[in-house]
Amino acid sequence: MSAENLSQQDERIRAESLATKLMKKPELGAIGGVVLVTLFFLATADSAMFTLSGIMNFMTPAAQLGILGIAAAMLMIGGEFDLSIGSMVAFAGMVFGVFTVNLGLPLIFAIPLTMAFAALIGALNGAIVLRTGLPSFIVTLAGLFILRGASLVGLKLFTGGSTQLRGVRDAVEGDFLAPLFSGDAFTGLFGWLASIGVIDSFKSGAPKVPGIPVEILWFVVIALVATYILVRTPVGNWVFATGGDTNAAKNSGVPVRGVKISLFMLTACAASLVAIITVIDAGSTDARRGFMKEFEAIITAVIGGCLLTGGYGSAIGAFFGAIIFGMVTIGLTYTDFDQDWFQIFLGGMLLLAVVFNNVIRKRVTGER
Amino acid sequence: MTRPIIHMESIKKHFGNVIALNGVTFDVTPGECHCLLGDNGAGKSTFIKTMSGVHKPTAGEIFFEGKPLSFDSPREAMEAGIATVFQDLAMIPLMSVTRNFFMGREPTKGRGLTKRLDIDRANEITMEEMRKMGINLRAPDQAVGTLSGGERQTVAIARAVYFGAKVLILDEPTSALGVRQTSNVLSTIARVREQGVGVVFISHNVRHAMAVGDRFTVLNRGQTLGTAVKGEITSAELQDLMAGGQELAQLEGSLGGTI
Repeated sequence: MSAENLSQQDERIRAESLATKLMKKPELGAIGGVVLVTLFFLATADSAMFTLSGIMNFMTPAAQLGILGIAAAMLMIGGEFDLSIGSMVAFAGMVFGVFTVNLGLPLIFAIPLTMAFAALIGALNGAIVLRTGLPSFIVTLAGLFILRGASLVGLKLFTGGSTQLRGVRDAVEGDFLAPLFSGDAFTGLFGWLASIGVIDSFKSGAPKVPGIPVEILWFVVIALVATYILVRTPVGNWVFATGGDTNAAKNSGVPVRGVKISLFMLTACAASLVAIITVIDAGSTDARRGFMKEFEAIITAVIGGCLLTGGYGSAIGAFFGAIIFGMVTIGLTYTDFDQDWFQIFLGGMLLLAVVFNNVIRKRVTGER
Repeated sequence: MTRPIIHMESIKKHFGNVIALNGVTFDVTPGECHCLLGDNGAGKSTFIKTMSGVHKPTAGEIFFEGKPLSFDSPREAMEAGIATVFQDLAMIPLMSVTRNFFMGREPTKGRGLTKRLDIDRANEITMEEMRKMGINLRAPDQAVGTLSGGERQTVAIARAVYFGAKVLILDEPTSALGVRQTSNVLSTIARVREQGVGVVFISHNVRHAMAVGDRFTVLNRGQTLGTAVKGEITSAELQDLMAGGQELAQLEGSLGGTI
């Protein structure tokens, strides 16, 4: 028997229209945003933007940001912020560089060790927030500077004075795990599609788009897994409960501390995944890596429908939020507009999203 | 009379040199509603916190189903079947009724990596339990924030009962409610009692207590002033006891017996 049949009709309750039901989905705003931005660029941008290679072009930065944004969204739903994600990308990049170049570790050790290192710092962030009861905003703001500084100092220490650590690509060359974290996936499929003429190819017969950049696959998989966890597992329910009202959650037997610390560890691990992918891709790491990414990740989460007060939001929303971000950053280069409009657009988007989310929240809770 | 589920004998609780409870004796039998009345500062909150495992008594004994017992944490008391619905209700407005209902105790299906929330069953149970309490939800995914205060109270009570409460402690459930919502909550209490749950109803509103109570215990300055059975006592007498006797009697003249 379905739940609908169980409820008897109450004459005081009007049936919900489809529009109202949709309004209650946190990701609605982000999906609407993707549609609007797509329409905007269809009208103004060079048609090259929406070819396969154009799409890969804007999806790659969207994916890198999205991995951070989804983790930031989960943490925000759990009621906390992490402003140290961007610096964590630089720090984890340095740690990874040291493991692979200076110590010559293979990826099978270097990657888990980098992740563990980052997770430890994430856990420390969480522990400080929980122990002191201070807002995570301020605790992780300290982390933002400490980790950025540590990356600078560390890089100079390990390279003998340079703020850039080179040679990562040579160090991971031929490693059996490297294809998981760098380059393109499905190259065979794309080659075949090019050979039968489904996708564009160069005169030599090689496809113009050799494959899907791995970060895009990571991005999609992480979005799906995060959504599944949030919507369909007890842990997801705990995340919402913890962010909605920590005290009520605790009184109902939700392991609030564990949830929060795990979420801080998750954001740190997401930052190191982005660090590993981008460092292998660039072949080197530097102290400016991930600069400003903490804010972009939070904006992504907010565009995706997360409330700043926690307890509400979605991972799929952050997924679309990141795509909007990528489209706008890259898309402007396909138009006649000055690229610097980007930041104005971004700020406007954020403002719109926050106002929109606030209205939605009132709808959901029936506040008047 | 049936054997009490929980019997608290001469409970004393001191906080440093403050004597919050000074020998309180109280019990609840299955299917009865025992009202604990008292004015502000009488020790009601301290007493129910002792009963629900938040505080450990300084002196005195707790018997649970006849056996002496001491709870080290609210969790232990909860597992034994003592559920407390505090005034904040432990409800999250942004979350759906179902998600609130099962918060911290989610039903799952599958195992290992496929272990997941059994959302259909959770929804069904929630609708069913709420219907038993006389509330027809529009949908189980309706946010708790859209419910009225009385309905939220009912969700909290239904949740406690569903998870096997033998004793249900309600901390001033009607204090912030309007007339209609109050009567809804009171009828919910009556329903719960019929299911054989012992209800401890804390209030300082004598009329609400008289409406559902079977027995009444009045606390004043950390002491019990006695327990009365329904029909043996009038609301005016209860009111006097709560206020400690004399002062209110003097006031009553000037207020024309309206309190």
